[in-house]
Amino acid sequence: MAGRVFVTGIGIICAIGKNTGETLASLKACRHGIGKITVLDTVHRDELPAGEIKLTNTELAALAGVTDIDMNPRTALLGMIAAAEALQNAGIDPKDNRFRTGVISASTVGGMDKTEINYRHYEKGKPYNNFVLTHDCSYSTEQIAARLGFRDMVSTVSTACSSSANSIMFGARLIHHGLLDRVLAGGSDSLSKFTLNGFNALMILDKHHCRPFDKSRTGLNLGEGAAFLVLESEEALGSRTPLCELTGYANANDAYHQTASSPDGYGPFLSMSDALQTASKNIPGFNLRDISYINAHGTGTDNNDLTEGIAIGRIFGDAIPPVSSTKPFTGHTLGAAAAVEAVISILSIRHNTIFPNLNFNEKIEELKFEPVREMITGVTLKHVLSNSFGFGGNDSTLIFSAC
Amino acid sequence: MTPQILNESLKRQQRMELIEKLKLEIIEVLNLEDIKPEDIDADAPLFGEGLGLDSIDALELIVLLEKNYGIKIEDPKEGRKIFASVRTMADYILEHQKK
Amino acid sequence: MEAYIRGTGNISPQATFDKALFLEEVRTYDTARLQVVEPDYKQFIQPIQLRRMSRLLKMGVTAAGICLRDAGIEKPDAIITGTGLGMMEETEKFLNNLIDNQERLLNPTAFIQSTHNTVGAHIAVMLGCNHYNLTYVHGPVSFENALLDSLMRIAEDPAKNVLLGGIEEITMTHFVITGSMGFWKKSLTNTLDLLKDKDPGTAAGEGAAFFLLTATPDEHCYAKVKGLAIRFNPDYGTVAPGFVQEFLAQHGLSPQEIDLAILGLNGDPDSDAVYGPLLESFGGKVPAAYYKHLCGEHYLASSFALWLGAKIMKHGKVPDVIRLAQSNAGGQVRHILIHNHYKNLHHSLILLSSC
Repeated sequence: MAGRVFVTGIGIICAIGKNTGETLASLKACRHGIGKITVLDTVHRDELPAGEIKLTNTELAALAGVTDIDMNPRTALLGMIAAAEALQNAGIDPKDNRFRTGVISASTVGGMDKTEINYRHYEKGKPYNNFVLTHDCSYSTEQIAARLGFRDMVSTVSTACSSSANSIMFGARLIHHGLLDRVLAGGSDSLSKFTLNGFNALMILDKHHCRPFDKSRTGLNLGEGAAFLVLESEEALGSRTPLCELTGYANANDAYHQTASSPDGYGPFLSMSDALQTASKNIPGFNLRDISYINAHGTGTDNNDLTEGIAIGRIFGDAIPPVSSTKPFTGHTLGAAAAVEAVISILSIRHNTIFPNLNFNEKIEELKFEPVREMITGVTLKHVLSNSFGFGGNDSTLIFSAC
Repeated sequence: MTPQILNESLKRQQRMELIEKLKLEIIEVLNLEDIKPEDIDADAPLFGEGLGLDSIDALELIVLLEKNYGIKIEDPKEGRKIFASVRTMADYILEHQKK
Repeated sequence: MEAYIRGTGNISPQATFDKALFLEEVRTYDTARLQVVEPDYKQFIQPIQLRRMSRLLKMGVTAAGICLRDAGIEKPDAIITGTGLGMMEETEKFLNNLIDNQERLLNPTAFIQSTHNTVGAHIAVMLGCNHYNLTYVHGPVSFENALLDSLMRIAEDPAKNVLLGGIEEITMTHFVITGSMGFWKKSLTNTLDLLKDKDPGTAAGEGAAFFLLTATPDEHCYAKVKGLAIRFNPDYGTVAPGFVQEFLAQHGLSPQEIDLAILGLNGDPDSDAVYGPLLESFGGKVPAAYYKHLCGEHYLASSFALWLGAKIMKHGKVPDVIRLAQSNAGGQVRHILIHNHYKNLHHSLILLSSC
């Protein structure tokens, strides 16, 4: 079991862009997507800012090339759009059956956007009771796979906010084990009243634009989006040039509490350490000082930023690379977050740019670093580390390397 | 009995009744099935030792405070002080409850 | 990729949590909703934790505990779970709360425990297990995906073990809503007659089944998981005998060498018709069995089938209650083939061999 895993295509839809080009333009212009909620029908629309995609389901369906919005939850529509772009970006024709291709997605919301509206109306029959068929996470994944025409292997991961890091990791391992040649791996989550109110009940939402790693931070902004990577084996890659390589990955568990991280950030420390270890096995002469940039989980909550920061300090000592959280741009896209931030990390590598950690003013006292305040351009990024930490202490880290 | 002494006595009575009411509400909202009000010491710590409640329970108590007493707590970190014991909860309610 | 089953823990609509027993007493139901037979959770979980746990969480954590005890292991090297619908009770609680209170003053506990990885996470906290912890949620093949990941983990590091689990619950609301869409039998007087009842629909079930997998056998060993295949939308009108033959050939076996085929017949005529050609190809020479009259139909039913296969290997007997009418008695059981499908869209095969 061996072999390298390359990224040959990326696709994304989020609050700052309907595709990779728009997303990149927004990042470069420091144009964030956090604001009042206008599409989701919620009483909190004016109180709780979010990274909402300003398109209705009908408009998303048009972009995705489907017409039946009753049987396509928002999560599925977002996923179709991002997955199609990734495929196109990789130059892959789904009908090309020389290579075994899988679709490994991730979600926490699934079809909840339809369920929460129709839950009390199922007795009226169709289309009200369709939510029973469209609710669970696997349905959205299968709609994505069906739209693109893939059947070899389809699966879905759900581990809260680290979900799509784990789907990407599973995809890479399926290639390593020789079970698949290519994997469309990523995640999708739409905004929903369920998650918005859930996080609000936990009192970890910021009523203003979030401030990751800032001393005065008070919480996160939710977001929605989807992102996919096309992962390929060396053989499937052939003579084509990849975007970058997936050289390190790991999942560990904090095993401390259902929602809070341990005070010393043990889980994050483990996931980063293990990912760095994988990278050193895959890259000759690799040293943790070779990490050029960390795209942090950096949600803006009191607990996460402190514990993630402590863990980064423990690992990197006095050689902490530039760190930024891009969640002030996109919001926290939950199950899609790791994939969204993987795409942003890859854009960083490809465009020699470190995107800033918006809204930062004052350093957290306990931490040894402050995040990147201003965009840094013209910088060669050899290896980028991306963190995603979820409820249930589920901590994952991915490392992408320039080719 | 002077009016002041009567007043003090009424306040003590009010606090005691509120403490007993809170014990029942805490048991219900936190699903403490095997615990009876007499098992809870009004001054014992609710978090850490004592009843051993955690941060999720603190959030539930914040909802309780708003639902049953109309008192809104904006910052969850305030909870630790307010919910130190049943007595500190009662004192906070008596001080802040909208009439 | 293969692994040995060193321990099991199963909470199901049969009294399966007692590892000494093996279907000596069979529970039958006169309804199309089979609910689990629950142990005394206080024996496994402390009151301060128990008070807040949903039913599925209690089931999952307890089944995992029983499994680890059975395997003689305190802390596994990985925890991998599968669930299709996830924590339904907590999801419904929070959703109802949200709707009834117009999104105001909501209790957070139900939301926190509604995430799909809650059971895996809780097990990790209770054991202080910092290792790999994943949850697969791909409907009827959630368990197979979790099993695949487990086999991959063991191949990556044979020194490590994996705690694998499948968990699913049927809430009253979900049963009623899906019933209104024709999923379940309208009138079922006895689950033992599930296959005889020619009305459309099946019986709903639930359960939590855990397994401790290792690279090497020992005296605890139940069975070896020799092979796994998952097919999505295979375009077969039925279970193609070819799919089975190809799979067995990869493991050096022919269908005639299978001592028992455990099939996912569930009493729904359309669903069961899918097994016609396969049973025909067996020609009555491969003893066949079914199990969904014991555990009900649900996304994680194949985890019950794996438990069944493992127990048959361990106890050396095939319970009469699972035998399909036309199959013969059979002698020693060295190879068991487990097939499951869901609405002919998802097919899976698991091959078990003796240790």
